[in-house]
Amino acid sequence: MLETKEIHFYYGAFHALKNISMTMDDHTVTAFIGPSGCGKSTFLRLFNRMNDLIPDTHLTGQCLIEGQDIYQKTVDVTTLRKKVGMVFQKPNPFPKSIFENVAYGLRVDGIKDKNFIRQRVEESLKGAALWEEVKDQLKKPAFELSGGQQQRLCIARALAIEPSVILMDEPASALDPISTSKIEDLIHSLKEKYTIVIVTHNMQQAARVSNKTGFFMLGELIEFNDTKKIFLSPEKEATQNYITGRFG
Amino acid sequence: MKRIFERIIEFALIVCGTITTLVILLMVIFLFKEGTGFFRNSMVEKGYALCVQEENPVDELTSAQIKQIFDYEIENWNELGGNNEAITPFRLEEIFNRYPEEEWGENYELLPGKLEEIINETPGIIAFLPVQYLPKAKILHDEHLLPDDFFAGSEWIPTATPAPQFGLLPLLMGTLWVSFFAILIALPLGLGVAIYLSELAGARMRQFLKPAIELLAGIPSVVYGFFGLVVLVPLLQKSLHLPVGETALAGSLILAVMALPTIITLAEDAMRNTPQAIREASLGLGANHWQTIYRVVIPYSISGISAAVVLGIGRAIGETMAVLMVTGNAAVIPHSLFDPVRTIPATIAAELGEAPAGGAHYQALFLLGCILFIITMLISITAEFISKRQPNGLG
Repeated sequence: MLETKEIHFYYGAFHALKNISMTMDDHTVTAFIGPSGCGKSTFLRLFNRMNDLIPDTHLTGQCLIEGQDIYQKTVDVTTLRKKVGMVFQKPNPFPKSIFENVAYGLRVDGIKDKNFIRQRVEESLKGAALWEEVKDQLKKPAFELSGGQQQRLCIARALAIEPSVILMDEPASALDPISTSKIEDLIHSLKEKYTIVIVTHNMQQAARVSNKTGFFMLGELIEFNDTKKIFLSPEKEATQNYITGRFG
Repeated sequence: MKRIFERIIEFALIVCGTITTLVILLMVIFLFKEGTGFFRNSMVEKGYALCVQEENPVDELTSAQIKQIFDYEIENWNELGGNNEAITPFRLEEIFNRYPEEEWGENYELLPGKLEEIINETPGIIAFLPVQYLPKAKILHDEHLLPDDFFAGSEWIPTATPAPQFGLLPLLMGTLWVSFFAILIALPLGLGVAIYLSELAGARMRQFLKPAIELLAGIPSVVYGFFGLVVLVPLLQKSLHLPVGETALAGSLILAVMALPTIITLAEDAMRNTPQAIREASLGLGANHWQTIYRVVIPYSISGISAAVVLGIGRAIGETMAVLMVTGNAAVIPHSLFDPVRTIPATIAAELGEAPAGGAHYQALFLLGCILFIITMLISITAEFISKRQPNGLG
């Protein structure tokens, strides 16, 4: 379970997230929608502390995963990131072979057992619905795959370290419609095992894949509810305006 | 009107390009023409010949043999395939000991006769004489200089008489020796600083350090040489108890400092070009900072880093002034880091002024220039080739 309590986040003096409190249940897909610059990606990146990499930022409030505040000093960031996988907007495979891309998380974790690694790579590629396409060319550079395949490789890479949460930051925005629908199917099947949080620009996508949807605007969480409710009968006027395309 | 103006500018640009290309091409052609002319020179100094007795069976000698004879290192004709007879080298100056100047005739017209007497009296003689006073005697066949004399020659004594020695090996070895150790020093340091600057240093530290390092590249090499000569050389001599401080080591150290800015700047640029997305992907999989650096950043930027190293080597090999000032310039094949050495560029710089234009020495220096040109060109091509290679994904 992911939970935030009164989160405020600042880039320097810029107040990027304003007082956000919400709860996301296990084994659900939560989508964040909202216009560009509304803070939805920033919020997503809180959960694996990716914002730590940006200098001159600061955070108040609590961000809990399974009841533990991940911003406490005692938390080891690398351990946290092994529990919270992330898929980025643009496919970003490493300059390595397909196999080594998926094995990366295991290797940096210090795992040496070759059979274990091979087995885990296969499972992960199957989990990401990529195995059939690449099983004969695992030694090939990852850059030679198509954009959609690369993105599924990045998902496989995240699955290999067996996280409990997967964060997806507009995972299909750089892909063609066919690759996009493959990724969406994949999200449906991953829901069984993982808690998924996805940021998307595409409202149809949010409607198709998520159980719950949060609408962000200017750093505030305007409305957070069941996806059906958000799209069919939103409570706030701003939400209504956004999903009907009147602005944004 | 406007079209005509554009045409004129276009034409001017084409002319500029053509002229520049032609000039460069002509320079290279000139270099190689002068350089290859070297092999048309004879072994014995111009205007001189070597004479022996008619009965002597030896017809020709190599450049190195002639030098050894006149250095008294070969003392018997049987070492050269001749009779068992001691060799007596003879130079024109020695005639003073035998005949006073009055006996040579008004215009030295009696000199060849006197020389003939001397040659007939001395069975094992080999006489080094100007061609205008040649007596009636057997003249040794004068070969052209051979590629072997140059490329496999182990001595560089361009002013030796009667046979100057133009051996490339000591100079080439000197160059490679100094450059090799320079790179050995500069590589770990340079890459270390590059990694520090690109991955660890804070923004403010980088803002200060990067321009400072780039400034190092702008210091004239003679200033480095001066620093080396005044500070480094005495320091090395004292601290290592060397007979002279001007050694290959001093040259390597100075060259290392000079190659550092190139290596640091280019390698750092390459590493900073690693997309943030790939770094985040690595960190997002639970890799720590160091794992990200050596598993992702370095493999991604390896072609840029290699190009930086190769260009650093190029800088070291071609550097002239600083090396000339601190390496002691002894043209001998080095055996240790503490030997004085002489590099190819230093030789050209030091000797071109005193070599008579068009002579063998002069052309030998041009040939050295050709060698240097080929080496640095190969290095540039390698660098170009490596840096164009994309990260191929097989790290």
